[in-house]
Amino acid sequence: MTSSGRFKSRPVKSAVFQEKEYVGFATLPNQVHRKSVKKGFDFTLMVAGESGLGKSTLINSLFLTDLYKDRKLLNAEERISQTVEIIKHTVDIEEKGVKLKLTIVDTPGFGDAVNNTECWKAITDYIEQQFEQYFRDESGLNRKNIQDNRVHCCLYFIPPFGHGLRPVDVEFMKALQDKVNVIPLISKADCLTPAEMKKMKDRVREEIEKFGIKVYQFPDCDSDEDEEMKQQDRELKESAPFAVIGSNTTVEVKGQRMRGRLYPWGIVEVENQSHCDFVKLRNMLIRSHMHDLKDITCDVHYENYRAQCIQQMTSKLTQDSRVESPVPILPLSTPDVETEKLIKMKDEELRRMQEMLQKMQQQMHEQDL
Amino acid sequence: MAATDVDIFSNEEKRNLNLGGHVGFDSLPDQLVSKSVTQGFCFNILCVGETGIGKSTLMNTLFNTMFENEEASHYQNGVYLRPRTYDLQESNVHLKLTIVDTVGFGDQINKEESYKPIVDYIDTQFENYLQEELKIKRSLFNYHDTRIHICLYFIAPTGHSLKSLDLVTMKKLDSKVNIIPIIAKADTISKSELHKFKIKIMSELVSNGVQIYQFPTDDEAVTEINSSMNAHLPFAVVGSVEEVKVGNKTVRARQYPWGVVQVENESHCDFVKLREMLIRVNMEDLREQTHARHYELYRRCKLEEMGFKDTDPDSQPFSLQETYEAKRKEFLGDLQRKEEEMRQMFVNKVKETEAELKEKERELHEKFEQLKRMHQEEKRKVEEKRRDLEEEMNAFNKRKVAAETLSLSQPLKKDKDRK
Repeated sequence: MTSSGRFKSRPVKSAVFQEKEYVGFATLPNQVHRKSVKKGFDFTLMVAGESGLGKSTLINSLFLTDLYKDRKLLNAEERISQTVEIIKHTVDIEEKGVKLKLTIVDTPGFGDAVNNTECWKAITDYIEQQFEQYFRDESGLNRKNIQDNRVHCCLYFIPPFGHGLRPVDVEFMKALQDKVNVIPLISKADCLTPAEMKKMKDRVREEIEKFGIKVYQFPDCDSDEDEEMKQQDRELKESAPFAVIGSNTTVEVKGQRMRGRLYPWGIVEVENQSHCDFVKLRNMLIRSHMHDLKDITCDVHYENYRAQCIQQMTSKLTQDSRVESPVPILPLSTPDVETEKLIKMKDEELRRMQEMLQKMQQQMHEQDL
Repeated sequence: MAATDVDIFSNEEKRNLNLGGHVGFDSLPDQLVSKSVTQGFCFNILCVGETGIGKSTLMNTLFNTMFENEEASHYQNGVYLRPRTYDLQESNVHLKLTIVDTVGFGDQINKEESYKPIVDYIDTQFENYLQEELKIKRSLFNYHDTRIHICLYFIAPTGHSLKSLDLVTMKKLDSKVNIIPIIAKADTISKSELHKFKIKIMSELVSNGVQIYQFPTDDEAVTEINSSMNAHLPFAVVGSVEEVKVGNKTVRARQYPWGVVQVENESHCDFVKLREMLIRVNMEDLREQTHARHYELYRRCKLEEMGFKDTDPDSQPFSLQETYEAKRKEFLGDLQRKEEEMRQMFVNKVKETEAELKEKERELHEKFEQLKRMHQEEKRKVEEKRRDLEEEMNAFNKRKVAAETLSLSQPLKKDKDRK
């Protein structure tokens, strides 16, 4: 074809026009789209927080399903010395031909016991396990069907009843900040009036900065995006941490049925932006930033883990080799022993001489007397 | 005999007599009331709950005033109690109100020791009262009673059940103080959830044997309202000091974008019920219960610990004072003995040290004598040597002189010989 030989830098025309200079790689996005739809997507979301903060309700509201049918909640007595469990729920959902394999990792028992020291250990161990498994699969010979179980995002629920972050919140987020994208949420936001909400958000933001907690940062949108997008992006960043309300029930508001909570004094609408930040969370999590979360998990957290892992392995190898080889690589050991012997001998001599000196002194003393 | 006379009197049955006219002792309750009013009342509330759960706000709302308090931080190392005393007056009734706050409760990562400071505080107040009661010169009518009359336990509105910390703490407190559990920040739970939540909480309390305060149903005047209130426990309360205009009234409420939660609206929350029960109906009963049940239990345990009994081995009723005096004597006797012992020890030690010192002195003397003798000896030797030397010198001199004279005479002799 004549067009292939002529690499003129002409602006790309739309794919509809079959012009002579048209190369055709403008269809790449479409090809990517088609392939990805065929392959399907997967996403692993972890939810963590004390029980009773509305985690399950929020997940149900986010994905508009009921993941938690027939769930058994523990009594207070049983929770006194409870350990943290990890429970995975996997669902396949489809929307407009796009398939999503959604895995929700639940952490019942977190923060529920009377003594919660290191209650996040089970969670960090789980995340590292997933990394390890992926690392092994990736380094294996047959890499056709790698299952990616790495946790892409962790929603951490902060109780709205206090004045900000509590010690257990700070410790948990610090323990997880380098392993997973942590998104803090203020749960049960219908407990706070707008003024209290603002105060709480400012408090939480301050404390996150004060303690140096690395939460997930929204990437800046490109400078060539339009103003509306930029405005949205700014609003998104300003309203972090999101204050959310979830609901398993539908209520009727102005003739429409929607998810909400019915109170004697009014109805809280989950999807009303002036009531809570649920819509912002949903948009961010599902509609715009899901892939970014996955990318950061793969490119940053996983790579950190991998580098650490490899470093540990190589340092262990060099350690082992030093002990095993018969010829000492560094001749530090033998001279040590010799000098030690010399030192010992000298010490003994000194001691003997001191004794003699003492005896002589005594004799002289006696003689004097 | 006097004994039999007493027996006759105690066996007599009490007879009911009818009065012929109005005597006037029906004013006795009024006299009691006027006396208590002049004396003033005293009430102590303990608020137990997580930081930020709304304890101070509820107190402000209940007593319709602004008690001064700063926001607590979440980062306390342990739990400590903060008592504050206020003097309130309504009509002509004075109330000395003490509010005790638990600061730092529920914030630590390890909460196993959280209940201890609370229990210790309650026990200390009982102990102070007991000490005052046991004094020889006591003034109970003047005494500022700091015993806790009521503990309001604030439950977080999770909607599921009690937290493990709540259960553990309430179990430790239920035998020491009257507990009324309340659900704080109740404007976050819908009506149906609230119903289930209350049932779950009560069933958990019952199944774990936690004894909460039951409003008394033995007094006919209040039995109806009290028994209906007992069914509404735990109270779901909302507190607020801000005023919002609703209709044409200004009421205390919380303003949300979706509605206004009125604090004193009975269909919104149980605040009115709590105020009714706590302050308007049962305050006196709470004080009585604290004194008659909880304090007596503490007192009995404490005294039994110290070794008192109600009856001695012969089953004769013991007088507390006698036992107390006997114990005191014993204790003082012990103290004296110990003092004697210590004194003895001290004296012994002093003697020992004295003896040692004497011994050392003697040794030193000996040494001195020895040295002196040696010195004398040496001196003598030196003297001898000197004399010897002198003698030698004399001898030498003599010989010298002799030799000289000889030599002088010799040359003459020689000359003579030659001649």
